[in-house]
Amino acid sequence: MNFSWDVIWASVPQLLQGAELTAYITLLGIGGGMVIGTLSGLALAFQVPLLRWVLFVYVSVIRGTPIVVQAMFIYFAVPMIALGFGTQLTFSAFTAASVCLALNAGAYITEIIRGAVLSVNRGLIDAALALGLSRRQVLADVVGPIAFRRSVPPLGNQFIISLKDSALFIVIGVGELAQQGDRLVAETGRAIEVWTTVGVIYLAMTFTLAMIMKLIEKRMRIL
Amino acid sequence: MSMIECRQMTKRFGDHTVLDRIDLTVDAGEVVVIVGASGSGKSTFLRCVNMLERIDEGDLLVDGKSVRQRSTNVRTLRLEAGMVFQQFNLFPHMTARQNVMLGPRKARGYSRAKAGEIADRLLERVGLVDRAGYFPDALSGGQQQRVAIARALAINPKLMMFDEPTSALDPELRGEVLEVMRGLAEEGMTMLIVTHEVHFALEAATRLLFMDDAHIVHDGDPREMFENPPSERFRDFLRHVRE
Ligand SMILES: Nc1ncnc2c1ncn2[C@@H]1O[C@H](COP(=O)(O)OP(=O)(O)O)[C@@H](O)[C@H]1O
Ligand SMILES: [Mg+2]
Repeated sequence: MNFSWDVIWASVPQLLQGAELTAYITLLGIGGGMVIGTLSGLALAFQVPLLRWVLFVYVSVIRGTPIVVQAMFIYFAVPMIALGFGTQLTFSAFTAASVCLALNAGAYITEIIRGAVLSVNRGLIDAALALGLSRRQVLADVVGPIAFRRSVPPLGNQFIISLKDSALFIVIGVGELAQQGDRLVAETGRAIEVWTTVGVIYLAMTFTLAMIMKLIEKRMRIL
Repeated sequence: MSMIECRQMTKRFGDHTVLDRIDLTVDAGEVVVIVGASGSGKSTFLRCVNMLERIDEGDLLVDGKSVRQRSTNVRTLRLEAGMVFQQFNLFPHMTARQNVMLGPRKARGYSRAKAGEIADRLLERVGLVDRAGYFPDALSGGQQQRVAIARALAINPKLMMFDEPTSALDPELRGEVLEVMRGLAEEGMTMLIVTHEVHFALEAATRLLFMDDAHIVHDGDPREMFENPPSERFRDFLRHVRE
């Protein structure tokens, strides 16, 4: 076995380009996922009538299917379905990946937010209502802040999972980090060097994300 | 005008009647202690006054406003009564001072400065100025309950309700809470207090209610009732509490 540092240095620029794409997809994915998940989680916690069932189906479908299948479906099947309805729908693999990750993370974040809201002690809500606060104020000043703090650790966990899941978009050819690694190995045949480097870059990204979440946790007093 | 007036007030949970056609009038300045076995409806009664529970039949007037009248604003009615809970229920993400400021700020719409003044005055009164910046988890149970009393007083209610305020406290921490309550009673605050503290009832209460199975079965002077228990049931209850 020969291990070449030169191969590593030579592959770094291309891999970093892939890492940049991974970062964008992840940021869009968890950003979109937070919007979807927060709204859906609140809707579930407060049992908004019709929406409950829609969201139940959404969460069940996402949790019950592999993300690879979700990506394939969005990138290849959705445009064909659109065509069937007489609409030309074209989007890039990058768009498909970001939307897919947002929808995927959104489902898990829905559950995190719902759980965090429901974990807020009923007695605190009674105390706030007894002070004469409106329902909106109770949500904004008591339930919201407590639930948000409690959801930070599981959210951090989900963000890291989403970052790593973005590697699966290799199946739709976005050109993110994992795919750049795959291409380099095909060109050079140096699997050990390239996959080690890819792994180290992922590790650096997940570690950074974990540190950011830890910092937020520290500053916020988890309750 | 009476502070609280119940007319045939009835509350059910499903087909379980928890308050059965209660008639009661409490005037301003009265300090009413409510006792009774667990499950007799004491907490539910207090919660109805604050509209945390909806009554099913009859009527309940708080300072002349009916909880059943559509024109009665729930939030306005809740500002009439401060409530103190067995489990304190302080907001864990706020300091003691912020806890006390929340009602004045949000429910009364006062400025931050004015709410802060109110909080400082009330924390002083419950003997906790030096703990103003502490979060609830850094306070003892007795201190937390005193902050909770200050928080309830901060909306300037005409009536204060206490639901077993010392039951969750170690015996040595009860005195400081009862002391604050005694002070309120002496100043003429109208109070409804669910408690099993016999001493407090004897010293501070002007009236004692005994609840049993959804009814107020006795209503009288605390000293007389303790000295001359009006029923076997009440005698049993007293024996039970004193143990
Ligand atoms: N939210 C509720 N739903 C159903 N039953 C309840 C509820 N709250 C209280 N109860 C029932 O009402 C009865 C009276 O309860 P409560 O007022 O808490 O009694 P107390 O405070 O005297 O112990 C009990 O039998 C209790 O189980
Ligand atoms: Mg009770």
